Amino acid sequence: MSLTAYLASCVTDGGIVSPMAGFLSPELASRAQFGWTISVHIIFAALSIGLAPFIVYFTWKDVRTESAVYARLQSFWLKIFAVGFVMGTVTGIPMSFQFGTNFPGFSEVAGELIGGPLAFEAKMAFFLEAVFLGVLLFGRDRVSDLQYVASSVLVGVGAWLSGFWILVVNAWMQTPRGYEMISRNGMEVARLTDPVAAFFNPRMGWMYVHMVNAAVVSVALFVGGVAAYFVWKKRDATAWQLALKMAIAVLLVTAPLQAVHGDAYARHVEDTQPQKFAAMEGHYETGQADLHLIAIPTSPDSITDPRAENLFTVSIPGVASFLASGGDFGAEVTGLDAYEENPPVPLVFWSFRIMVGLGFLFIGLALWGGVRLYQDRLSESDRYLKSMMATTPLGFGALLTGWYVTEIGRQPWVIQDVLKTSEAASPTLSSAEATGTLVLFVVVYVGLILAALAVLKWLIEDELDRIDVHERPGDSGHGPIPEVGGDD
Amino acid sequence: MTDLSPGGTLPAGGALSVLPADHYLHPSLPTVWFGAVMFALTMYLALDGFDFGIGLLYATRDEEADRETLLAAFGPVWDANEVWLVAFGTMLLAAFPRVYSKLLADHYLVTIAFVMALLFRGVAPELREQRDEERWQRACDRSFVAGSALAPLFFGLLAGSWVFAVSPVSLPAVLTGVGLVALSVVTGAAFLAAKTRPELAASVSRYGIAATAVYLVGVVALLGVVVATDASGAGTIRSIPGVAVVVLSALAGCFGVVFAHREQYRAWLVSAFSLPILLATLLGALLYPTIYPSTGLTVADAAVSPLALNMTTVLGFPVLLVVLWYFRFLYGVFSGPVRSESYSP
Ligand code: HDD
Ligand code: HEM
Ligand code: HEM
Repeated sequence: MSLTAYLASCVTDGGIVSPMAGFLSPELASRAQFGWTISVHIIFAALSIGLAPFIVYFTWKDVRTESAVYARLQSFWLKIFAVGFVMGTVTGIPMSFQFGTNFPGFSEVAGELIGGPLAFEAKMAFFLEAVFLGVLLFGRDRVSDLQYVASSVLVGVGAWLSGFWILVVNAWMQTPRGYEMISRNGMEVARLTDPVAAFFNPRMGWMYVHMVNAAVVSVALFVGGVAAYFVWKKRDATAWQLALKMAIAVLLVTAPLQAVHGDAYARHVEDTQPQKFAAMEGHYETGQADLHLIAIPTSPDSITDPRAENLFTVSIPGVASFLASGGDFGAEVTGLDAYEENPPVPLVFWSFRIMVGLGFLFIGLALWGGVRLYQDRLSESDRYLKSMMATTPLGFGALLTGWYVTEIGRQPWVIQDVLKTSEAASPTLSSAEATGTLVLFVVVYVGLILAALAVLKWLIEDELDRIDVHERPGDSGHGPIPEVGGDD
Repeated sequence: MTDLSPGGTLPAGGALSVLPADHYLHPSLPTVWFGAVMFALTMYLALDGFDFGIGLLYATRDEEADRETLLAAFGPVWDANEVWLVAFGTMLLAAFPRVYSKLLADHYLVTIAFVMALLFRGVAPELREQRDEERWQRACDRSFVAGSALAPLFFGLLAGSWVFAVSPVSLPAVLTGVGLVALSVVTGAAFLAAKTRPELAASVSRYGIAATAVYLVGVVALLGVVVATDASGAGTIRSIPGVAVVVLSALAGCFGVVFAHREQYRAWLVSAFSLPILLATLLGALLYPTIYPSTGLTVADAAVSPLALNMTTVLGFPVLLVVLWYFRFLYGVFSGPVRSESYSP
């Protein structure tokens, strides 16, 4: 998909394919490897961040009410959380090494600025999460109720803090502050001059709110989709009706918030990274900018080069200027022509549209569900249940495309206006090594994703058995869990 | 390169402005950080080391009940143990970024192979629990054992080529790798012996004793090769601290064997875990005052500037104490004999 298209475009415009036939240049392979591995990691990370509040709630209710409904929901989602966590861990460790293996220039130039936050992340967040997840998963009969609930809270705090510290790093890469460039060991490197300005750089607040909310939206859609499936299979499955209602309630708050926040966020991006904003809007010539509500390419070429004139657009003249400037319809918006080297515009342009489009879809779905809930007709509507099922993975899709806007839109810089990606890449890496490990990561991570999906399928099958839906032909050998089915 | 420093919106440094920017809080702060990085490495070698040992000893168990016991001993703690690796890497990056980037970029394939081995080791037990099917479980078992064997081997290759400034496929690096595998079996066996039923304990302790012998022979061979080839660190090995560490390791190993024979498993646990501590001390002594021998970079030259290190010290060290406290809590909760039925997910 987008990454392949992007790779193809790099190969054609940059001429950076290695002279050695069959291998990618080390830089290109490293970028593809980093992009691929973080794309997989972020899905599991977002799952942990978004699911954590649900786990806390179910655990607390389970301990407080001893109701079979909450016990059921807690145990089902805790299993998913545990699998997601392990996947997040094993994909996270390669991430923390790739800064050194593939982008040593980046680690060396920015080490003083990013090393602190990454070390805090390990010490404050990963330890917290890992230690107390051990207690949450294995210690039910070894700790008191209070310690058990507290463990679930601390796991959640750990996940939210991981997100915080890693985003300090990424936000600094977008809007670097609090440093000066000095020469050390014959190299220009960044020296920390002001920790507060560096950590709380202008992008940080925006990114944290948008990312954490995105994780909650994505997980609410995931929980809602799974719940809708069980309700569709068995209308009176009390636990799953409850889960579906919760998911809709969460979406009613978070989905609109995401759009409102995203709109303001776009203005901040225009202020701080005008080149990225121009790529997001396909705005080539400096001058007044229109806002394209809908952009449909009129020919296949315009997909790969979305200049506004080749698109069928429904636009509001001047509104992008208005948004970017905060009130002036005629304001000049810097176009891509002002820069020597641009990011791959089509990827950024279309990723942005997919994210925003999905965002509106989620709002619609939340409102529709809200109405059904109000009318008390939630489980009757097949159409609604099926729409929820179809949307199950799409939150994560929006989250990935949002990150493509952020990261690819920043190219050719890895640290905005400080360090180019090409200078960050490893000078000692060979094409064969880089291409080989890229292939390895693709194969292994596809396997991981398939394994995660298989586990999800098995858990769902078990749950179907348990709520007494029999319709699969041969049983796969793992029988129903004989537990009190007090909820159905 | 433009400097986008803040336009006066925040008081420079804010609450952290008390930190000196032109000198370290203490002149020896870079050395203290070298010690802190080595401490994280020690914790990793000791704690994830015994996880690897459990994974290797797992290969010797045919009974499903024994396997479940081993997995139950491993389950609640491995992830927290593994975080010491992340702590080691990020502390190295925070204090000595040049070493972090050289070390990993110069040893690209070994590093990737190591993280891949960790991946297979990490996912296998979790996936195994999800399906009660013979073929699936055998596949997960193979992944668990292979990952547990290869991870310490590759980590040893990496550590050996770093400390002795040699290629990862040279004799000193290979001996370091094999040594780490043997060491993992020693600590893994001692840990299991202290926490499981007597028959299982007696059976794993035989492997632990054999591994102790392999480890001690490996260390002596390694140091011999280093001195003979005059690789980096050869001088230190002949010095008094170098000799002392080797003698102490030999004593700890021998006492461990005696304790294991007499079924004094708690005492064995203590002597077994002193081995990785001694090993990391030796590696640290071989490096210092250099930190990247192949380029001759020293601790003092590689350290980040005063403000950055002062800040990570003031914010980071208290947190490290908290981490140690909740490790105590974790091991407290899961102290006593392993109960395989407590595996809930
Ligand atoms: C469920 C996921 C999701 C949804 C529904 C939305 N976003 Fe988003 N968006 C993200 C998930 C996301 C993200 C993946 O989390 C990003 C990447 C970096 C970040 O901070 O958040 C992001 C970044 C991001 C950026 C910044 C790009 C950059 O840093 O360069 C903007 C301007 C928007 N979004 C705008 C919007 C708007 C106007 C939306 C309207 C509905 C919207 N987002 C919905
Ligand atoms: C703090 C977090 C992050 C840091 C420090 C970071 C850093 C980097 C670095 C060093 C690169 C390589 C240079 C490049 O090609 O741009 C990169 C690229 C990339 N990152 Fe991030 N990243 C972070 C978060 C993310 C996240 C969460 C995603 C989400 C999916 C992501 C997606 C990508 C992609 C797709 C690329 C490849 C872009 C390209 O090749 O043009 N990054 N990032
Ligand atoms: C390039 C950037 C990144 C690096 C180097 C990185 C590194 C890591 C590492 C080493 C772990 C494993 C910790 C453990 O053993 O418990 C991990 C897990 C995690 N990461 Fe990342 N990560 C990156 C990006 C992100 C982003 C962008 C987020 C979210 C905003 C994130 C959130 C998490 C969370 C919540 C976990 C806990 C494990 C889980 O629940 O899946 N990470 N990460």
